[in-house]
Amino acid sequence: MPLVNGGKIADDSFVKLAVDTPLPEGGDILVPAERFIGEADALLERAGKVGVIWPNNRDIAELVPYLGKIAVVALVFPTFRDGRAYSQARLLRERYNYRGELRATGQVLRDQFVFMLRAGFDSFDVKKQADAEAFMQTAKRYSVFYQPTGDGRITALHRRMQLRHSEGVGT
Amino acid sequence: MYAYDEIDRTLVNERVSEFRDQVKRRLSGELTEDEFKILRLQNGVYLQLHAYMFRVAIPYGTLATNQLRALAHVARKYDRGYGHFTTRQNIQFNWIKLAELPDALEDLAKVGIHAMQTSGNNMRNVTSDQWAGVAPGEIEDPRIWSELIRQHTTLHPEFSFLPRKFKIAITASDHDRAAIKIHDIGLRLIKNEKGETGFEVLVGGGLGRTPFIAKTIKHFVHGRDILSYIEAILRVYNQYGRRDNIYKARIKILVHELGIEKFSREVEEEWQHIRNSSLHIDDEVIEDIRSRFTYPPYEKLPHMPDELRQAAADPDFEAWRKNSVASHKNQGYAIVTISLKPIGAPPGDATAEQMDALADLADKYSFGEIRVGHEQNLALPHVAKRDLPALWKALDKLGLATPNVNLITDIIACPGLDYCSLANARSIPIAQELTRRFANHELANLIGRLHINISGCINACGHHHVGHIGILGVEKNGEEVYQITIGGRADENAALGNLIGPGVKFDEVADVVEDIVEAYLALRERPDELFMDTVKRLGVEPFKERVYATR
Repeated sequence: MPLVNGGKIADDSFVKLAVDTPLPEGGDILVPAERFIGEADALLERAGKVGVIWPNNRDIAELVPYLGKIAVVALVFPTFRDGRAYSQARLLRERYNYRGELRATGQVLRDQFVFMLRAGFDSFDVKKQADAEAFMQTAKRYSVFYQPTGDGRITALHRRMQLRHSEGVGT
Repeated sequence: MYAYDEIDRTLVNERVSEFRDQVKRRLSGELTEDEFKILRLQNGVYLQLHAYMFRVAIPYGTLATNQLRALAHVARKYDRGYGHFTTRQNIQFNWIKLAELPDALEDLAKVGIHAMQTSGNNMRNVTSDQWAGVAPGEIEDPRIWSELIRQHTTLHPEFSFLPRKFKIAITASDHDRAAIKIHDIGLRLIKNEKGETGFEVLVGGGLGRTPFIAKTIKHFVHGRDILSYIEAILRVYNQYGRRDNIYKARIKILVHELGIEKFSREVEEEWQHIRNSSLHIDDEVIEDIRSRFTYPPYEKLPHMPDELRQAAADPDFEAWRKNSVASHKNQGYAIVTISLKPIGAPPGDATAEQMDALADLADKYSFGEIRVGHEQNLALPHVAKRDLPALWKALDKLGLATPNVNLITDIIACPGLDYCSLANARSIPIAQELTRRFANHELANLIGRLHINISGCINACGHHHVGHIGILGVEKNGEEVYQITIGGRADENAALGNLIGPGVKFDEVADVVEDIVEAYLALRERPDELFMDTVKRLGVEPFKERVYATR
């Protein structure tokens, strides 16, 4: 599955480990949540970056003590209809101030990119090559946003207020 | 009326362009039906029994005449010349072609109409009182808040893939015409002791196979906190709402399973984190939205103009006036309800010609504004009383002056087996037969306020649980069987109806309803004791006896 990172298709330096895969000497690793929580200290001490794959039915607050040390949090969309990871993403970014890579994995299709970007995702394990290639075009599809999220985009409500004030200055 | 500005119009156009691309990818096979399904649903497109069905949003039920004409145009150009107004302030077209849908959406976008989130597991079209802004005694126009919430819930990046659909309704009057207690979130606009505007928030109402009346989760949420409070409810629901079983995925089940106290604690905790975030609404923002609602330049008019006095001699006019004309907050004006329930016709249907003609009448007599109510009727919200006789004549010519609003033939019905792929039984023919049985206006008037609601399956689109008489069609051994309930209501005293006994066959439904009505007429204490009050006083038993004694 192609990875989109920083707006373009990129190589993935992270190797996914299962719960019982032996730990490699070096290199970047992505480990399942239960393994990460169980072996966090050992994992964080080794050379190479560590990321965690967090299921969408587990409280994201459990990760809070480690957020400064984790390189990637990969949230899971088991089907693209299941939107729990959007809430987890916003909590990570907006409440817990997580600044590392936030990756969308699972059923990731182009039609979710805008929602995902707005919720705070910045990398995407995309299911289809064509969707990954369409990333930039799809991500720019909307120029108007009604809700404030942590992505810093100005909302329609506030843009209206700005317009109103600038009109006021002119008259 | 609320005027969309360039910002709103841009979003609608961007949505149309996205959907055009999605349809193209579906037609080329790039998207599977499974992938496309949720995308089309988010744009109001269902695959029904015979064709695609297209559901268009009428936010809080307010339409301008150019918008109604655009709906007529869609009916004529892309469908079979008519549309069906639903219980959720939507209009549905039943025979649309997938390849033409983007064009239909583009035509609607030109007048600021869209189909965003009229379906799918997201926040649905926000509904409100069809008399908003003109009903005497309301706290304030609830559409200002409806519009704020409409904007906030449109393409929400966190809540576009919820466990199930999510419906919000708002009322600002003592008499609830928005049925807020059967919604996922019901909002009742109130003032606190300091005179500040806020909401009583109710949660967890809904019909379907597990009906619940909503419970109050908070007695007062200040207007400036309403978005953060709604967001807190949604966030708790998104994370904990069940996804393992679609029948248990609604918020009503979560509230029921956790209990309202535990659920409200969860919400409260979440809310404390976000209430002072960017979701906090400045008064200035509210004023900006308020300023974009414009109201007609009402004149000072007499309470009882000569035209009305003279027309009163005509008994047909008087019958219609008494039935369909309601008080307006401005003297000399009235709210006119237009029944879309002519005798023998499917409830809620209007032809393209009727829609165009109604738009002309609204331009002439109602400052270019039309309303859509959840009872599947329309309304003209600003009619000068002196114009009532002329309006009545014009409506009568269009077949739109049936004086049966709130009477027994003002039936709410889902499309049923005639259109819907979910249905197990017919609804429309039952409604048609009942309107013929009770076509006599004197009899209907003698019976008084009586709402019949019909659903063709357990999903309850016809809101049968809250009908004074509710009729639910189910399938048993290959046959349509109808279960009858009485005593339901959808207003401020919302209640679920009680089953009167075993289901009856298709051919027996109208007879059974007649029996119930006869029983009521015999049992009521006074001529002004309404059906629902008699049922409340006596319970199901005497009605059951009357219906089943001879069956």
